[in-house]
Amino acid sequence: MSDKKTNLVDLGFMDARIKLIDIAAFLDRIDRHDQTDDYRVSALKEALPELLSTERGRAARVLNLLSDQSTDPVSESKIQGAFGAPSPEQ
Amino acid sequence: MRYIEPHAHMVSRTTDDYMALACAGCKAVNEPAFWAGFDRASSQGFYDYFRQITEYEPKRAAKFCIDHYCWLCINPKESEDVVLAREVLSIIPDFIQCDNVLGIGEIGLNKNTRNELQILEEHIQLAVDHDQMILVHTPHLEDKLKGTKLIVDALSNHSSIDPSKVIIDHVEEHTAPLVIDKGFWAGMTLYPESKVTPHRAVDMLELYGHERVWMNSACDWGISDPLSVPKAALEMRRRGYDDSFIDKVVYLNPAEFMGQNPKFKLS
Ligand SMILES: [Zn+2]
Repeated sequence: MSDKKTNLVDLGFMDARIKLIDIAAFLDRIDRHDQTDDYRVSALKEALPELLSTERGRAARVLNLLSDQSTDPVSESKIQGAFGAPSPEQ
Repeated sequence: MRYIEPHAHMVSRTTDDYMALACAGCKAVNEPAFWAGFDRASSQGFYDYFRQITEYEPKRAAKFCIDHYCWLCINPKESEDVVLAREVLSIIPDFIQCDNVLGIGEIGLNKNTRNELQILEEHIQLAVDHDQMILVHTPHLEDKLKGTKLIVDALSNHSSIDPSKVIIDHVEEHTAPLVIDKGFWAGMTLYPESKVTPHRAVDMLELYGHERVWMNSACDWGISDPLSVPKAALEMRRRGYDDSFIDKVVYLNPAEFMGQNPKFKLS
């Protein structure tokens, strides 16, 4: 690392700002179109309080909240892909 | 700047991408065997694919002064069919001696099923039997945490596995410590829509250190950016990291891991 301290707020603020506004607009949009009743939206909302946490490790905790917490291999899977939050049917 | 792209599916990329990689300073690409975007009907499809990545792709890369290396396996998405998977496993030894083959990969899990785990264990045994290194794919999104734990257990439970010869790829903030603390190498994949951004990849270097890690674009037929490694290097530079730090992460580290196989020689 060089001696001069980089201003990480200068470097990351605009990027964080647009992502935050995008989340707010996404929630408005699905509200407006009555599509809030979805397990992925519930998972997203459950993770949002982590943004206000004062403890480091927010990114890892958000990822954990959006993860399947079971531990045994499943007997089979009807799908090949993933959706970003654990499905209630899984 | 010089760098190595340690995870790229060049069979799905254009020749223009090779030009872009070369102009950005790429000296070598590492191509693990993967899912083609559709399930192949028979082991013959894999035979042809293995010929493509051992014979044809190195020639295409050489036109841009880029060395090409590859890894062999049936990927976890197609491992659900254990009969097909075992047929593919049986043809891999025919290719292991090829000049550009560095090991077995990218093996791993996709939906964390019993069949996938069974075939993962058979791949691990194949690697042990042929004294090969291993490159591991961890599952996507919600399946990554559970899959990473199952993979780490499968590898750790095998008495002949040396973790320093295994890289577990696509780690994120919640899985990186599970991998690094067990002595495995960890790969960070820079994707525009999932996995990690350049900002988060550099955060993880700050959190977990810059030993035994590499960064890759995992560029393939999906939404991916073949120039994401040089973009992460720019992020490091913006944060104040110097040339020697960047060189270690994007060049020396992948060279150290891949160089454990004597076939890896940078021209
Ligand atoms: Zn891949």
